[in-house]
Amino acid sequence: MEKKLLRITVNNEYHELYIKPKKLLVEVLRDELGLTGTKRGCNTGACHACTVLLNGESVKSCSVLAMQADGAQVSTVEGLQDKGKLSPLQRSFLDHGAYQCGFCTSGMLMSATALLNKNPDPTKEDIKEGIHGNLCRCTGYNSIIRAIKAVAEGKYKEDDR
Amino acid sequence: MKKYNVINTPVHNIDGIAKVTGRARYTFDISLPHMLHGKILRSPYAHAKILNISVIKAESLPGVKAVVTGQDTLGIKQGIWRRYKELCDEEILARDKVRYIGEPVAAVAAIDEDKAEEALDLIEVEYEPLPAVFEQLEAIKEGAPLIHEHAERNINVTRHIEWGDVDEAFRAADYIREDWFRCSSQAHVCMETHCAVASYTPEGKLTVYTSTQSHYYIQVLLAWILGMRENDVRVISRYTGGGFGSKFELDSAQFCSSLLSMKVCKPVKIVLSREEEFMATKRRTPMFYYLRSGVKKDGSFLAKEARVFTEGGAYTAMGATALYLTGFFQAFPYVWPSYRYDGYRVYTNTAPTSAMRGFGAPQAIFCAETQIDLIADELGIDPIELRRKNVMYPGYEVPGQAYIQSCGINQCLDKVEEWIKSRGELPPNRGIGIAAYGFMSGGIFNWFDTPYAFSSAVIQINIDGKVDLYVGSQDMGQGSNTTMAMICAEELGVRVEDIRLHMGDTENCPVDLGAWGSRETLMQGNAVKMAASDAKRQLLEFAAAKLSPNIVYDMDIKDRWIHLIARPERGISYFDIVKEAIRGKDGQPIIARGHYTPHRKGMISPAYSFGVQAVEAEVDPDTGKISLKNCVTAHDCGQVINPIGVKGQLEGAIAMAAGYGFTEDLPMDEGKILNPNLVDYKILRTTEMPETNVFEVETYEPEGPFGAKEAGEGLTNPTAGALGNAVYHATGVSIKGLPITPEKVLAALKEKNKKKKK
Repeated sequence: MEKKLLRITVNNEYHELYIKPKKLLVEVLRDELGLTGTKRGCNTGACHACTVLLNGESVKSCSVLAMQADGAQVSTVEGLQDKGKLSPLQRSFLDHGAYQCGFCTSGMLMSATALLNKNPDPTKEDIKEGIHGNLCRCTGYNSIIRAIKAVAEGKYKEDDR
Repeated sequence: MKKYNVINTPVHNIDGIAKVTGRARYTFDISLPHMLHGKILRSPYAHAKILNISVIKAESLPGVKAVVTGQDTLGIKQGIWRRYKELCDEEILARDKVRYIGEPVAAVAAIDEDKAEEALDLIEVEYEPLPAVFEQLEAIKEGAPLIHEHAERNINVTRHIEWGDVDEAFRAADYIREDWFRCSSQAHVCMETHCAVASYTPEGKLTVYTSTQSHYYIQVLLAWILGMRENDVRVISRYTGGGFGSKFELDSAQFCSSLLSMKVCKPVKIVLSREEEFMATKRRTPMFYYLRSGVKKDGSFLAKEARVFTEGGAYTAMGATALYLTGFFQAFPYVWPSYRYDGYRVYTNTAPTSAMRGFGAPQAIFCAETQIDLIADELGIDPIELRRKNVMYPGYEVPGQAYIQSCGINQCLDKVEEWIKSRGELPPNRGIGIAAYGFMSGGIFNWFDTPYAFSSAVIQINIDGKVDLYVGSQDMGQGSNTTMAMICAEELGVRVEDIRLHMGDTENCPVDLGAWGSRETLMQGNAVKMAASDAKRQLLEFAAAKLSPNIVYDMDIKDRWIHLIARPERGISYFDIVKEAIRGKDGQPIIARGHYTPHRKGMISPAYSFGVQAVEAEVDPDTGKISLKNCVTAHDCGQVINPIGVKGQLEGAIAMAAGYGFTEDLPMDEGKILNPNLVDYKILRTTEMPETNVFEVETYEPEGPFGAKEAGEGLTNPTAGALGNAVYHATGVSIKGLPITPEKVLAALKEKNKKKKK
């Protein structure tokens, strides 16, 4: 299969890569760019562990061809921290113990980021809906919901970074 | 001074920043130079002879580097029950016969996953299908197809537990009730599927990165079936994406990647697909349960008889332990003056059933607690009252089995009763059900036949006061790394940030049997505490010269301050003493050791956690749909070590156990699992989770580190039973088969209405 040029900006860094056009976004992120923070729990779009932001929208990177992201901006979990300073959601996740094994955490953080970008003041029900697709087998979700709510309530400021 | 500086304070998970920044490197993320990718060919038959396997076409596909079949193995039948040869019955690559759909028969390593997948289609396996049997009650019948030559009527293991004069006690009973129950299977659904990267090098050494709950078990099992020396096999497992009982046996990813790597001397990575994970890894043991209980009019328990037939699947796995534990926990957490249990584990042509969080106890407690509510109803006694009358107490001895030291179950009943009262009158179609439970705090099972301590730990203190703590325990998300760092910091008198914890590597970590049977907090915790105590004693020896105590034990270290206990202001900095001590020892590091092996603590566990859970559920009478509103747990785990961790374990257990109660199931057709994906297999999602609340009931467990007991696995035990009882109190129908689906509820309601009309 002939390789194609992919121009993609990931976490504000521009990349040009030659890839097989059937490559999935998750494969390019993990295998070509070494961004292994994005996980894969099923490869069928059912678990949302691979959630990233594509031009600000949350997508399942196992269900998007990398070429569909040509020219796009992608954000992954690695882009949440800024020069070692954790984002409000990351800090809140730590305080609330909103992760255990950590395998779904990247996807959870990205879905939560997308949710808060769209709706900075979500109700508990909005939060439940917002991360409804993200499966977690460890936490029972309630700590994650509390963590997101705390950020929405302004308990973790962007400036406190 | 405070009693504790670290224990019972909310401490961030020490791996937390790595996890929330995506830097935590799981086996799934490991990539080595020149690494190949492996895939496994699995049996499409539930029961068949293998007549021939031809790999020539697969081997000659460009890009394929190696193909292995059972003929490339030593043909060793393995299992964790190494003490009992007949229970080691599983070859990981079948040679002569396959016994379940999904059993591995060959594996391929190629330049990428697609190529390996393509090669699988080119392997030609000639099977001769055999008659198969899928259900335990069918498989045990005379004349059923024989799955293993040695197992007559497919009986794999039997277990018997008995105390008191059961028959006499039944004769004295005022009321006797018997019920049959069916407990379903459940998949672990770790978010990281089973995976391994094996790398064999010309030195004759094998390194295996893998997602496991016990690197020690995997090291020893691999060495055994590959014919290697144990310490020529190094197993590394830094981060594990969930375990829940599914990852302490040797699995096909580990074994096949190792075999393939040995063949080509290159690293080989195998990651099981989600479908393989469902079809061909082990799962919770389905059970067919008969219960007969005899009680007095006033509700006093007299006699209980339990008979269980478990669907074993094709191999023993850890199923023999589940069979014993379900029998033991059937009588828990009550005082039954007489009890008789007979368990039969029956081989079937289905994927093997084994350990899963709770290890046989969730099944037992679902049946027991459902029946207790039915008895309460018959006798007109309040469910809380009936339980209060019969629960265990500190100092109770389970005859011939176990000795209960700390036990806060009575306080747990009080707390839950208070909460139920606070709910007042419930709206229609709502009910609250309760279940009482207990669990072991560290399984005393040495089926593996190891001469090592159950747990051990090593500490080295560096010149700057940084403490290297080496543990053999495995953190799979439950937080044991943090628990161990906290125990070490508290005992040594330093802060959690002073600890650098090393785990998950057989090359430099001491042996620990692994994270199963709720072992880590108590067993590894005791080993860590002992090592820290030894290190502290060494420091105090040097401090004695400065502080002139009467005896060395008149001093202590708290929060990096070495001081006289009677006059805490008289002291000296921990950092200064560390420097002095190391200088005084010619620059030798300070090294300390700790270990733990239970000492005359019965057959099951050195200690037991207890609790009572209440579930409030609403049932839609038209659709049978259940929604969970509240789940309140009063919980005795001894001294809480990390409140963040305990709460996380509690809520996570509720999600998993509620799933077992009403949404999760593995239906099969002729041995084939019908829902091997995350759409059709329904684990709980955010919207199905109830509100959760916990009351910690404090007890002190003399056998536990700082009085602590297990706090993760036992919490999986009560929910299905409490949920079932909530449905019963909401609708008047008691469902005796798991999962409690809308169909079952509707059918039972219909039946009930029919009877009413008559």
